[in-house]
Amino acid sequence: MPNTNISIDELKNLAKELRINTIETTFNATSGHIGGSLSVVEMLIALYFKYLNIDPTNPDKEDRDRLILSKGHAALSYVPCLAMRGYLDLEEVKSKFNKTNSKYGMHPDSKKIRGCDCSTGSLGHGLPIGAGMALGLKHKGLDSKVIVITGDGECQEGSNYEALMAANHYKLNNLIWIIDRNHFEIDGNTEEVMKLEPLDKKAEAFGFKVIKCKGNVMKDVDKALNEAWNYKEGPVCIISDTSKGAGAVGYQGTVLSHYVSLGDNPKDVEKMINYIKETDMDTIGG
Amino acid sequence: MGTEWNAYDASKMSAGKAYGQALAEIAEKDERIVALTADLAKSTNTGIFGNKFPDRMFNVGIAEQNLFGMAAGMAKVGFIPFASSFATFVSMRACEQIRTDICYQNLNVKIIATHGGLSFGTAGSTHHCIEDFAIMRSMPNMTVVIPCDAYECSRAIKDCVKVNGPFYLRVGRGMEPLLHTGEDNFEFEIGKAMKLKDGNDVTIIAVGVPVRDALIAALELEKQGVSAQVINMHTLKPIDEKAILDAAVKTRRIVTVEEASIIGGLGDAVASVLAQSGKRCVLTKIGIPDEFSPIGKPEDLYALYKLSSQGIMEKVMEIMGKEIEEDNWEDED
Repeated sequence: MPNTNISIDELKNLAKELRINTIETTFNATSGHIGGSLSVVEMLIALYFKYLNIDPTNPDKEDRDRLILSKGHAALSYVPCLAMRGYLDLEEVKSKFNKTNSKYGMHPDSKKIRGCDCSTGSLGHGLPIGAGMALGLKHKGLDSKVIVITGDGECQEGSNYEALMAANHYKLNNLIWIIDRNHFEIDGNTEEVMKLEPLDKKAEAFGFKVIKCKGNVMKDVDKALNEAWNYKEGPVCIISDTSKGAGAVGYQGTVLSHYVSLGDNPKDVEKMINYIKETDMDTIGG
Repeated sequence: MGTEWNAYDASKMSAGKAYGQALAEIAEKDERIVALTADLAKSTNTGIFGNKFPDRMFNVGIAEQNLFGMAAGMAKVGFIPFASSFATFVSMRACEQIRTDICYQNLNVKIIATHGGLSFGTAGSTHHCIEDFAIMRSMPNMTVVIPCDAYECSRAIKDCVKVNGPFYLRVGRGMEPLLHTGEDNFEFEIGKAMKLKDGNDVTIIAVGVPVRDALIAALELEKQGVSAQVINMHTLKPIDEKAILDAAVKTRRIVTVEEASIIGGLGDAVASVLAQSGKRCVLTKIGIPDEFSPIGKPEDLYALYKLSSQGIMEKVMEIMGKEIEEDNWEDED
């Protein structure tokens, strides 16, 4: 945990900034997955600005912590977050996202994006890769952690459960699985499309220590990550209860937010940005 | 006529055992090498490595998607994982993990597929694997090598670590006869076709276990007045285009032989090179037609699909009888 001095208020301000950058990037890209990108903002900020042992001047340092955004469609907040953290040029990200021949598309490409630990986009791949990384890092005697962020709908993919078994079997106490539980997948509420609950009991049954938090309330996110960081007995699962499209007026908490075109009127975007500036996410999250 | 498999021969050295032993040998000098398997440590002979290096061998249970996902993760943190399972599960159950996790990120994972082709004969179509050539060839960044016997397998395993990137190697069940007489008795280079016999009338280009039958057929054909050259195309990708074109110009007749579907494998790779070159040549593809192969002993299935020396001879005689249209193409030779 390299940056223990940063305050909750500072993190909340960074989250606001990332939300605005996400909206602006989406507007320039003409459309995108804002729902899942905005729900995971607090988690990304807390990880990249407080918890992860990383160095943007040396993105490949061997003993760094790794983060796999298994829900790769959240690239709209993930890539600007990497830029804010110093890996990329923010203005370039905002203007080039989704453009032909860009390094930044709908799903992140680790061969092109500085600071990106894994190419993702196809769901159910992050946990197996993360388990392999965690096993490899332990085998090397390194203390690094591997964070895998999945969506909640993504938990319907069977490959995840193969990885959960391995994480428990190999006692991967350096693996933290974060579920961005925003309740919606493309076709509707997860419980209507394909029931996930009880998600906590599933994770526990696979040998994970389960920690729950309100994922858009920064102090709650911070508390959960702090507990996860200090747990040494085995793999951890944080179920981060969030609002899909959190902070996007007119979209948050709805299935509509999954993939949105923001149109071409800058005034609409201004309205969204003003709402973000004025809104305390503590009143919305969880 | 060459169709009988000498089980004693194979019991001296199977390709699977050769893999396990070669891996254990190279791992001695290279700490980056680890092995993963999915409850098939014994069947794939990865266990030979595991006995020597128990802390570098990881069994993930019956979970092939996770096998290749974890292998990708281990490659990401600096290891050279050798991940093995049966060819059918490797190429189809874990197809997307191999494509997206390994090939897309160009990771240094060595994929060892055993029990390929028809080698698991009596296990039936669920365990036959005739699709892997087409699937693996189509993946960007992938190198595809199909050794013809245990000795060649050993050489390929030792050389594959020099190829930085995804690598697919397929062998049979372990009962296949030997072609080579020893590990050091032949020239082997990944990407370079191996000429086993010269000839002027027809070229047999074979890959994998049937290479031996192709050679037996060619020697027999010689007695019948047909001069056949034999090429062992152990590397399916990148394929040795020059060897194919040289053969086209020299013999004008090519027969391809593969223990895989005739759709998308060696035959189609050769056809593609030929068609794009403008060289005049007729081609016959021997392989499994567009159908699911029946239950049977591998050598019987070989005979059924003309992969035996007898079958190869028949197909060669057929192509010898074909007229080659005489065009006055000036771009040749």
